[in-house]
Amino acid sequence: MRFLMMTTDDSSSAGSPPDERVAAEMGRFIEEMSKAGVLLATGGLDPLPTRIESSGGKITVTDGPYAEAKEVVVGFALIETRTKEEAIELSKRFWQIVGDGKGVIHQVFGPEDLAAGQ
Amino acid sequence: MAVHPGVVSLRACVGGGPDALIVGVTASDTHRVIDAVWRIESARIIAGLARLVRDIGLAEELAQDALVAALEQWPESGVPDNPGAWLMAVAKRRAVDRIRRQERLERKLEEIGHGLESADPAPEFDAVLDALDTEPIEDDILRLVFTACHPVLSAQARAALTLRMLGGLTTEEIARAFLVPEPTVAQRIVRAKRTLAEAGVPFEVPEGPERAGRLASVLEVIYLIFNEGYAATGGTEWMRLDLCQEALRLGRILAGLAPQEAEVHGLVALMEIQASRARARVGPSGEPVQLLDQDRGLWDRLLIRRGFEALLRAEKLGGPPGPYVLQAAIAACHAQAPTAGETDWTRIAALYELLVRLTPSPVVELNRAVAVGMAYGPERGLRLVDALVSDAALKDYHLLPSVRGDLLARLGRLEEARAEFERAAALTRNAPERAVLLDRAAACAGG
Repeated sequence: MRFLMMTTDDSSSAGSPPDERVAAEMGRFIEEMSKAGVLLATGGLDPLPTRIESSGGKITVTDGPYAEAKEVVVGFALIETRTKEEAIELSKRFWQIVGDGKGVIHQVFGPEDLAAGQ
Repeated sequence: MAVHPGVVSLRACVGGGPDALIVGVTASDTHRVIDAVWRIESARIIAGLARLVRDIGLAEELAQDALVAALEQWPESGVPDNPGAWLMAVAKRRAVDRIRRQERLERKLEEIGHGLESADPAPEFDAVLDALDTEPIEDDILRLVFTACHPVLSAQARAALTLRMLGGLTTEEIARAFLVPEPTVAQRIVRAKRTLAEAGVPFEVPEGPERAGRLASVLEVIYLIFNEGYAATGGTEWMRLDLCQEALRLGRILAGLAPQEAEVHGLVALMEIQASRARARVGPSGEPVQLLDQDRGLWDRLLIRRGFEALLRAEKLGGPPGPYVLQAAIAACHAQAPTAGETDWTRIAALYELLVRLTPSPVVELNRAVAVGMAYGPERGLRLVDALVSDAALKDYHLLPSVRGDLLARLGRLEEARAEFERAAALTRNAPERAVLLDRAAACAGG
């Protein structure tokens, strides 16, 4: 089973590149996940995303900064584990390293999962 | 003592009344968490304990004791914030108890024997105990890998022990994965532990001239686990893929522990690239789809990229390529070709030639013949295959007549080709594959 773990942030720090502390935390996290043999891919994201919306055939692209502060994804890790519980346990480990913060975990569906739902 | 968490979790859920039901649900949730924690932590715990007691069999028993304690206490107390540290602390306490008891016993025996007071417990033991809290555990995990994969054990025993000690799998899960009865695996593990103890296999990473051979023994086990899942001969597909992933995970862990070993990266690269084809190699009705006929759009690009990265790491380390690096390079050639027709067969044939020299085997030679047939025409491929026909090792190997039939068909010698496909069909044990071969035989007869 693949899971996408994402760390989120409000966009208060938008526009600024990740600071040294965050970089060091990510480094430790990557090391930890690699050691467990579960990390497939990881990366940090610009907290100031470009928004794109398609509505009635019209596509609108908006660049920040935005008036309202919103939760944005700032980092992700794609991991492969046998169970959801394992993904959660690994995620707990991440937060023990990093300290305060927020994130979400999504299971990533493959073609086999979609077939099962038909 | 071997305990399967599932058994205990079932027991914990059995009870009377509505209250028990609520407790039961919570308990089984906790057990799933314990399973997860165990899979993440068990190798570290066993490895750390093995440094203390210098016996991986005993270390594993002590770790299992800690697991039992968790299964008893966590459903009541909740899962601790740092479950790994909790398990390690309990296991260490058990280890210390066991060693002190042993020392007291030995002292008594000595007193009876000599009427003398013996010295205090060995001071180095306390030093190891302290070091466990401060020194990184990675070196111990590497020692555990090498010990569990010691060549004094059969490949099957090594595989079972590795899955158990490093993969955190239960005996039941291993039995299911290898399609053998659970008692067989349990016995295999017990015997393997005994063999290691009797042979006095030290808990260490071999150095010097011994190291290469010992590493080969480790890699062989991981690839055996992978192939057990990849060359699915039975069982449900789900479990088999699970086994491939287990091997991949072990390989990736090993690559982190021994990053200077090119062959480890080679094996990881080989497994990543092979695993990338998992979805494409089985057709809609479960029939095998040959590499060249696969829908390349179904290949997992992420795994291919990871495979390439691992191969690059291996190549950067320099030195002549070993058998896994060569096999990975061949797999990479296929992965790189946008269509089957664009495969670089000349390069593949050259890589197989290097591989044959390194690990001479009729099966590798047969693969080389296929590549040569593709690169330089069926005539030259057939010449190589014909040299193998009398090889006793390939007497019942269905791929020999299958490859020969293919080359003959391409040369237009259809009657001979038909006979070869029929012979191959009679030799294979895989029903869908037999159907494919009989179809080809029929096509030759019709043409």
